[in-house]
Amino acid sequence: MRYSILSLARNALTRHEHWPAAWRSPEPKQSYDVIIVGGGGHGLATAYYLAARHGVRNVAVLEKGWLGGGNTGRNTTIIRSNYLWDESAHLYEHSLKLYEGLSRELNFNIMLSQRGVLNLAHNLHDMRELARRVSANRLNGIDSEVLTPARIKAMVPILNTSPKVRYPVLGASLQRRGGVARHDAVAWGFARGADARGVDIIQNCEVTGIRQRDGVVEGVETSRGYIQARKVGVVVAGHASVLAAMAGFRLPIDSHPLQALVSEPIKPIHHSVVMSNAVHVYVSQSDKGELVIGAGIDGYNSYAQHGSFPVIEDQMGALVELFPIFSRLKMLRHWAGIVDTCPDASPIISKTPVKHLYFNCGWGTGGFKATPGSGWVFAHTIAHDAPHALNAAFTLDRFTSGALVDEHGAAAVAH
Amino acid sequence: MLLIECPWCGFREESEFRCGGEAHIVRPLDSESLSDAEWADYLFMRTNPKGRHRERWVHEHGCRRWFNVERDTVTHEILAVYRMGEHPPAEPATGGRRR
Repeated sequence: MRYSILSLARNALTRHEHWPAAWRSPEPKQSYDVIIVGGGGHGLATAYYLAARHGVRNVAVLEKGWLGGGNTGRNTTIIRSNYLWDESAHLYEHSLKLYEGLSRELNFNIMLSQRGVLNLAHNLHDMRELARRVSANRLNGIDSEVLTPARIKAMVPILNTSPKVRYPVLGASLQRRGGVARHDAVAWGFARGADARGVDIIQNCEVTGIRQRDGVVEGVETSRGYIQARKVGVVVAGHASVLAAMAGFRLPIDSHPLQALVSEPIKPIHHSVVMSNAVHVYVSQSDKGELVIGAGIDGYNSYAQHGSFPVIEDQMGALVELFPIFSRLKMLRHWAGIVDTCPDASPIISKTPVKHLYFNCGWGTGGFKATPGSGWVFAHTIAHDAPHALNAAFTLDRFTSGALVDEHGAAAVAH
Repeated sequence: MLLIECPWCGFREESEFRCGGEAHIVRPLDSESLSDAEWADYLFMRTNPKGRHRERWVHEHGCRRWFNVERDTVTHEILAVYRMGEHPPAEPATGGRRR
């Protein structure tokens, strides 16, 4: 069913009690052309683009929990593409462009709000790095500009731009096309679009083993039995190393908790996204009125989806330093996702030592903004058994060749 | 907040420490004869287990000494603490904390 003003009116007449399910819940078949392990945004986008762009429709998405219940539902929904290096800039910009047309393409409102993303600078080094990154962005055709403290103050009046604080705001980069989107809607929209094209979305189905013969993948063992597959794409974020161990190799990845929290809802007061690497917090305000607040990872490896309190204390301190007006705000909910951090803070979207087994991982703290672009290039990689030009640099081999894509400056903290 | 027992200073709060990642990764002595793949394996590849994990910690805001911790990455329970150069404790039959 196509969503439209007419379908809305028709369903209003029947008190919204007869909307059809947005996707089926089929029993798994015995075999598929492609199995995608992981029903988060990236996995569902991969399945969608496999079906929509490459004509590969005999596809299953296996999700151990519920759709978008991992990092897709746990991030702070920030979208931007102002990365330093060409390889990253091209990939994230492609993703941002897909986001800009996604509600229309999926016939599903992902509530993209391009309200502008500010990255603050608090010292001379920050300013130099920022100016360099803005210039690099502009050479890559990405909208990016440097703001003075006066212009920042005009845009974000509640931000403390006093020169007398310990870490004064000296400037900021602004990407006006950056912003936020409704993270659940991104997963649901891709799920609905993939399902409509014949993809089987199977929830509560955990992969427990990867079967291979003579170095070629044959299928996956799951909590709902063995399922055969010609190709398997694994996109499971924090559990990437666990799945790699099933296939017999290791990844350059450590899994860490990344915590976030939201405040009680308040009236609209914060209309952009503000991120600070040096004082270390990022904050936006949701349509419900909650401040959505994030910062850095906990320092130790974990699969627990919760972290330690000092990390929260630090980011609350940073929030109040930047926005004194928030000092008496109560926090409502607090959670963590398990992020797969890579040594160069760049993703791995790659073939693996096992033939017809592909991994998409290592997005660390910043995968949400890349969801459509990641699915786009991963679908290409699986369909053609070769990377797309946009992800050719993001192979597992780069850790052997040394051709790392070091994005710690643009990626390590601020998401 | 983890409560970590430094082998020299006793129980202190997590915020005094930093985690140094996976333990028992030995630098190859004959690095000049390693292949690129072997070097990459030493430099970048990690076990990153779900469950029992042996890692290095440093008491950064205390005695500044390094030591090893065996910790469960799902429950965060610290299973053992032992000094650099000491052998890790054998796998216990059941969980529980030991020194």
